[in-house]
Amino acid sequence: MTGEPRSARQSRPRAFINVRLLDPATKLDQRGGILMIDGAIADLGPEIGRSGLPEGTEIIDGGGHCLAPGLIDMRVQLREPGEEHKETIASAAAAAAAGGVTSMVALPNTQPVIDDVAGVEFIARRARETRLSKVYCYGAVTKGLAGKDLAEIGLLRENGALAFTDGLTAVRDARVMSRALSYGRCFGLLIIQHPEDPSLAEGGAMNAGELATRLGLPGIPRQAEVMMIERDLHLVEMTGGRYHVAHVSTAPALEAIRKAKQRGMSVTCETAPPYFALNENEVGDYRTFAKLSPPLRAEEDRRAVVAAVADGTIDCIASDHAPHDQESKRVPFAQASPGVIGVETMLPVTLEIHHRGDIGLLDLLARMTVRPAEILGLPQGRLAKGAPADLVLFDLNRAWKIDAATLKSKSKNSAFDGRPVEGRVLRTVVDGRIVFQADSQIKE
Amino acid sequence: MSASAERSSSLFYSRRHLLGIEGLTAPEIDGLIDLSDSYVEQNRRADKKDTLLHGRTVINLFFETSTRTRTSFELAAKRLGADVVNMSVAASAIKKGETLLDTAATLNAMRPDVIVVRHPDSGAVNLLSQKMDCAVINGGDGSHEHPTQALLDALTIRRRRGSLAGLLVAICGDIRHSRVARSNIHLLTTMGARVRVIAPPTLLAPGIDRMGVEVFTDMRKGLKDCDIVMMLRLQSERMQGSYVPSIREYFHFFGLDYEKLANAKPDALIMHPGPMNRGVEIDSEVADDIDRSLIREQVEMGVAVRMACLDVLTRSLRPNAGPLK
Repeated sequence: MTGEPRSARQSRPRAFINVRLLDPATKLDQRGGILMIDGAIADLGPEIGRSGLPEGTEIIDGGGHCLAPGLIDMRVQLREPGEEHKETIASAAAAAAAGGVTSMVALPNTQPVIDDVAGVEFIARRARETRLSKVYCYGAVTKGLAGKDLAEIGLLRENGALAFTDGLTAVRDARVMSRALSYGRCFGLLIIQHPEDPSLAEGGAMNAGELATRLGLPGIPRQAEVMMIERDLHLVEMTGGRYHVAHVSTAPALEAIRKAKQRGMSVTCETAPPYFALNENEVGDYRTFAKLSPPLRAEEDRRAVVAAVADGTIDCIASDHAPHDQESKRVPFAQASPGVIGVETMLPVTLEIHHRGDIGLLDLLARMTVRPAEILGLPQGRLAKGAPADLVLFDLNRAWKIDAATLKSKSKNSAFDGRPVEGRVLRTVVDGRIVFQADSQIKE
Repeated sequence: MSASAERSSSLFYSRRHLLGIEGLTAPEIDGLIDLSDSYVEQNRRADKKDTLLHGRTVINLFFETSTRTRTSFELAAKRLGADVVNMSVAASAIKKGETLLDTAATLNAMRPDVIVVRHPDSGAVNLLSQKMDCAVINGGDGSHEHPTQALLDALTIRRRRGSLAGLLVAICGDIRHSRVARSNIHLLTTMGARVRVIAPPTLLAPGIDRMGVEVFTDMRKGLKDCDIVMMLRLQSERMQGSYVPSIREYFHFFGLDYEKLANAKPDALIMHPGPMNRGVEIDSEVADDIDRSLIREQVEMGVAVRMACLDVLTRSLRPNAGPLK
C-alpha cells in the first residue's frame, strides 16, 4: 500500500501474456496481455506480448486463463485488535491472497472498537506491514457500537475510514440513525446498516419457520430485515444521506431495495455467498457452522437473492468473513457465535451462479470489483491504465473440492467444507507484486 | 391594530410590543437602529442617566438564566430613569405551580409599563403579551426569536459598514436551536443583506432554505467572500454525540480559526452573541482579534438598542413626546 519508499516499489516490469482480459468496468472480454510498471497497470490489450515490452520485463504466460481486477471484499471481520487467537490481519491477508482478494474492508467490531482516530491509524499501520492484501476499515457509527452517541465520523473519515457501520449491530434508534445519515451528508459519508430489527430478532438463533419449529430453536422472522430497511429508507429520504445495506438475505428486503432504486434513492446493498449458495436446511442437525447473522433463509429467499445478484439490485458480493474458534462454535446451537469464514472461498462459490447460467461472468465480477470500488471511492477494481495493478488470474473451469483444513485463515469455520466447486485462483497480484501463486501448471 | 393602520401612522414604530423581527418592515427596523445609534453617545458619557422614563416601572421577567441580557435591559431602563424589578424563575410563583397566564395576570395587576420576558418555550412571550396591558419586549423565547439581539447586531454592523444592504453575512453553528439565528435571518434579509447559514446538517433546521438563505455544510465554501461572520454558541449537551460527535470534531470542521476565516473577505468582521465557548465554535485568537472581532462592541450596542426599544414602546405614555420620525 502506501508508505513504502519509492525505490522499493520500483521493480522489474512484469507482464501477463496469453490471458483472457476481463474488465467489468468497460465490459472488456478479450484475449491479450497486461503490462505492470511500478505497481500500476501501464498498458493492456491484445497487442501486449506480441511485441514491444520494455527490456527486462518479467513475462508470465497465463495459459489462456481469466485475468480480472483483484477482488474487493467489502465486509470482513479481522479480529485484530483483540481476538488474535481467531484471526489476525496477517492470517486473513494470506487467506485473501489465496482467494484472489486484493482489498478487504474490516468491520469496526474489534476490541477495542474502531471508533476513534487511534483505531483507524492502528489498522492503517498493520495494513502497511501486511503486503499480501490491501486492508481498509470502516469506522463505528456510534461510540462503542452502543447505538447512542455519534462517533467522530468526520475525523475518522479524514484519517482513512472508508464508511461507517455498527458492524453486527443495527443502529436501532431512529433518531440516532437519522442523525448519522444527516451528519454524514456534509462529508459524503456512507452509512452501512446491519438490516435487522433488534426487538423482533432478539433471542433468535435461525430463520423462523417449520425447520426452526421442528428443531425447537427460536426463530428470526424474515420481516425483521425488511422492517429495518424500510424504516431506514424513510430516514434516507428525510436526510439525503448515503445508505448501504449489508448482507441482504430475504426476498421482501430485496423488493424494498429494488423499488427504492427505481425511485432514484441513494441506496446500495450487498449479499454474501452463503445467502445464494445455501439455505436454512444446512442447519440440519444443529450444525453451528450454518449459524449466521442474518440466518440462512428459506429456499425461496435464496432464489430471490440469486435473481437480485443477476438483475443488479444487489450491487456487491462480499464474503462476510467471520472467523470463530472451536470454543465459539462447539456449543449448543443457540449459544454459538454466528458467522463463517469466506474470504478465500468467495470466488469459486460465487462462480457457481455463473456456471449455472444465472449471470454473465463480467456482471458477476463487477459485484466484487468495480461496484464496491465505486461505492467506497477506491481507485482499484478496474483494468485501466494508471490503476493499481491489483489482479487475479484464475482458471474458470478447474474443478476442486474445498477443504477447510487447508484454508489459510486461523479459524476453520467454513460453511463450504467439502463442497465441490469450479474455478481456482492461480495468481494474485497486489500493486504489481505476486502475492499468491498456486502450485499449478502455468508456465513462467 | 391592522397592518394598514400601522403603515399609515406617522410613527415609524407604532406596535404595542416588540415580540420578534419577523413581520417588521424595513423602515421600522431602520428607525429602531437610528434611534439606538442616538443612545450610544449617552452611554459613553460620565453621567449616563436621564429622566425619560421617570416614574415608569420596568419588570425583567426571566424564566431562563441570563446574565448579559438581563443586565443589559436593567442598565438600559435605569439609564432612562425607570424603576426596575428583576424577577427570575427561581424566585417566582411558577415554581409553586402557577401557570404562565396567572403569573401574567398577577404582574399586570401591579401596573408595570414595560415587561421584558425571556422564556425557554417558543411562543411563550407572545402568549403572555395577550394578557398584558403594558408593552412586552421579547428577551428571547425558546428557539424562536431574540429581536433585541438582532437589532444590536445590525447596529454594530451598520456603524462599521454604513449599511446592511448588499453585505454577505454568514451565520455559523447551531442554527437549529438558535433564536439569534432566526431573528438575524429575518432582519438581515429584510434589510437587503444576503445571508448564508453554515452548519453540519444535524444542526440545520428542516426548511431553513425556504427562509431566504443559502445553506452550506462546509465552512470553507460557506465563508467564501463573506463580509460578516456570525458565530453561534453550541450548548455543551449537544456536543457529545447527539448532534455532533465531539468538541474536537466540531472545532476541527466548524470552529472559526484563521485558516477557515481566510476564505472570507480580507476585512471580514467576526461576531458572536455570547457567551462564547473558546475552542468549541471559535478559536481564542480570532475572538480576541481587535481588528476583526466585534464581540465586545456588540455588548456595548446592546444597551443602546434596549434603551431605544424602551423609549419607543413608552411613547404612547408621553403625549408630549411628539411623533418619532
